[in-house]
Parts: sequence; structure tokens; C-alpha cells
Amino acid sequence: QKIAGAAADTSEVNDKLTPYKHVTTYNNFYEFGYNKDDPAKHSDTLKPHPWKVEVAGEAGKTGSFNLEDILSKVELQERVYRLRCVEAWSMVIPWVGFELGSLLKQFNPTSRAKYVAFTTLKDTEQMPAQGSAFGTIDWPYVEGLTMAEAMHPLTLLAVGLYGKALPNQNGAPLRLVVPWKYGFKSIKSIVKIEFTEEQPPTSWNISAPREYGFYANVNPKVDHPRWSQATERRLPSGLFSPNIIDTQMFNGYDEVASLYKGLDLRKNF
Amino acid sequence: MPPILWRRVIILLLGLAPFAWISYATVTQQLGADPAKTIVLFTGEWTIYSLFFTLSVSPLVRFLKWRWLMPHRRMLGLFALFYALCHLFSYLVFILGLDMSRFFSELAKRPYITAGAPAILILIALGVTSTQGMMRRLGKNWQRLHKLVYLALFLGWIHVLWQVRSSYFDAVLYGVITAALLGIRAYWRWQQLQKRRAKAAMMNKSHT
Repeated sequence: QKIAGAAADTSEVNDKLTPYKHVTTYNNFYEFGYNKDDPAKHSDTLKPHPWKVEVAGEAGKTGSFNLEDILSKVELQERVYRLRCVEAWSMVIPWVGFELGSLLKQFNPTSRAKYVAFTTLKDTEQMPAQGSAFGTIDWPYVEGLTMAEAMHPLTLLAVGLYGKALPNQNGAPLRLVVPWKYGFKSIKSIVKIEFTEEQPPTSWNISAPREYGFYANVNPKVDHPRWSQATERRLPSGLFSPNIIDTQMFNGYDEVASLYKGLDLRKNF
Repeated sequence: MPPILWRRVIILLLGLAPFAWISYATVTQQLGADPAKTIVLFTGEWTIYSLFFTLSVSPLVRFLKWRWLMPHRRMLGLFALFYALCHLFSYLVFILGLDMSRFFSELAKRPYITAGAPAILILIALGVTSTQGMMRRLGKNWQRLHKLVYLALFLGWIHVLWQVRSSYFDAVLYGVITAALLGIRAYWRWQQLQKRRAKAAMMNKSHT
């Protein structure tokens, strides 16, 4: 369905948009299968309406909230962001969403809230591949950000793309979008947001700590142990002219550099 | 037409079918956002399948007495080489855009590529020496050389295993089949040694 009332695009990405068809058929959403086209084929089982989000932890206001109530208190806008996958491909996507910070403030986080932890739905009826015996991830999928990252104006909670409600395969009804981090940080189909004092565990870091750190900032100088991160293939990629471009630090979002002052990004990858 | 020719034609057509399919899907643009990766993955998978078929011939001949299969083993092996070359070329052209300096840096940097490269070299060597003439010329060494196909399959499996990210399914499935195909050879070899030893013991006895 069409989303009305999203404000015009405020970001400055001039890259060519990745067509809707590709954004919605080339997905890593392992809860629905391990091939790129599995989520588009097998995510009908997900029921994104009605949807509740639990807010917990170090905040003045906690509890279980209907998604509609959450959405009634925020302003939707369109943002065109680059999405850089840790697998060295990238897309450009016009998201519809709102700043995560604007929502988090409403729950009055306490001074002990240093991190924000996110959890995806766990339900093998709705997400059949969570039952697979060969997966490398423990379900539910969990992710986390520092409070400063979560409050950064670039950090988005998305409910749509291309002016339409999020298709199931893209993380309906509510997903995170953190454009300067590898795509796996942008957790999909969120059911829980928790303010924590300690750094929360994250799924890929649990699965392969040598390969995926907590920060996962896009960084062309720090290779994945099994492949280079210096370049990326912008999708859709033509056959005889592979669309290879140089990967930029923080995926080109330099304004976040100040969040990591004094941090060794080689160690904190 | 004698049955052996019929079978040759059928195997040839079946072997070319995956190639025909991926070519058709490429031309009609059915491969999605990242056709390059799909083609590389597809041709890689068919390399491994072809190796599975090739190495299944001996066990099938021995256990099921399918002797008619034996003359077709060479073609199955050549299909493994064919798909391996398609795999290599589609990687070089579609993924790297023929940037050879990048190819060599990837070869050094990415262990799964380092593991896959010698497997392709082996298949090329075996393909070149697959003719009757070469068999004659190499004599006993031909057998020795062609045992390298076991190493090629093992390296192919390592190549897959080293790329596991989200699911072990393919790596486990290929691993089980590889282990079975190589294990049966190890067992046969062990049996042969036992027999030879028994024979030697007999000979010793008759001498004393």
C-alpha cells in the first residue's frame, strides 16, 4: 500500500536508484531462506499487521506498544541512502521512515542507557527457515547500537521504500537503517527495543567474532578475513561492464566520523 | 545407431542442458540484480556435480555392474572441465571485468580462491591428457596423473566450505558425497594392500 504524507527527500545522494524490482528480490533475510531470492519467494508467511514492539530496559517509559501508536507520534520522511552489504555489493534505496532518535526520546532513556539493543521476531511459523539445522545464526536475530549511534540523525527506522509499505522480504513492518554500517546492522522486523548499560550481543558477532565486530562500520581499509572491502559492486550490475566502484569510509557518510574519535577502527571493526 | 552412440548423444545433451539453461536465462534477463554472481555460482555448482558424476562411475560399475557406463566416464570428466572453465571465465569477465591485477591480488588474498585455482589447473591437465593418444603415450603414468581428480574434488569442496557464511547446508551435503566417493577409493586401496600382503605371506610360506 502507498504511504501518504512522507516529506520530500532531504538527503544528498545523487547515485542512481537501484530499481524497486531488485531491491525487493535480492535480499539477505535468512529467516526465510539462504538464497538471495528466497525472502521474496517465501516471506508470505510473515504477518506484519497487527504488530507490537516491546520497549524495555533503562528508560522511564517501557512496555508493549502497537506499531500504529508509535507511528502516530513520528513524522515520516523519504531518505535516499546507499546500502553497503558486508558481502561487497551495494544498492541505493529510497526509504520511508523516521529518525530513530525522535522515537527513543519519547521513552525517556535514563543516564544508564548506553546502548540500544534490537530483536527480530522469532517464530518458526512466520519465519520457517529459523527451523533450519544448517544455519550459522542463533535465532532470534539481535543487533545493537551505541546510544550516540542510535541518536544520530542519519539513523532511520524504516516502514517503507519507494513510497510503499515495506515488503515482507525487506523487513516489514519496521526495520532499522544505519547507512554508514554494513547492511547486517540494519535489523529487520523489529519486535523489541531495549536500552542497556552493557554492550548488547549481536548475531553475526556471535556467529563469527573474527569476521564481524560490534561496530561494523563500512571501512575499505579493513578487509573481511575472506574477502576485500576496498571495492563494491553497485547493483544492478551489468554482465560485460561490472559496476565496480571504490568503497568509501563510512559508506561516504563522513558526518559520523566524530562518533568514533579516539577509537581504533581496525580493532573495533 | 549402436547403443553406445545413443548414450553418448544423450549424455552430451544432458551435460549441455545446464549451460543452455543459464545462457537462455542470461539472454532473457531472468537472473535478477546480480547476474554475474548467479552465473559464477551456477557454473561452479555444475563443476562439482560433474565431478560427482564422474567419480560415481567406478562405484556404479563395481556395485551395480553398470559396465555400459565405463566408456562414458571421459565425457563426464570433460564436462567437469567445461563447467570449471565457464566458472573461471565468468568470474574473470563478469566479476572482475578482466582486471588481471585484481585477479592476482584476489588469488593471493582470498583463501577460497587460492584453494580453487589448483583444482582448475588439475582439471585442465586431465582434460588435455584425456585422449587415447595421450593414454598410450603416458602408459602407467596416465593412471597416476588421473588420480589427481580426487585432489581436485577435495579442493573443490574446500573452496565451497571456505565461503560458508549463513548456512552449512551445501558444504555439508557436498562434504558427505565427497567423503563417500573418496572413502570408497581408500577402502578399495586398503583391500588391495591386504590381498597383496596375504599373497606375499603365502609365497613366503611356500618357500620355507
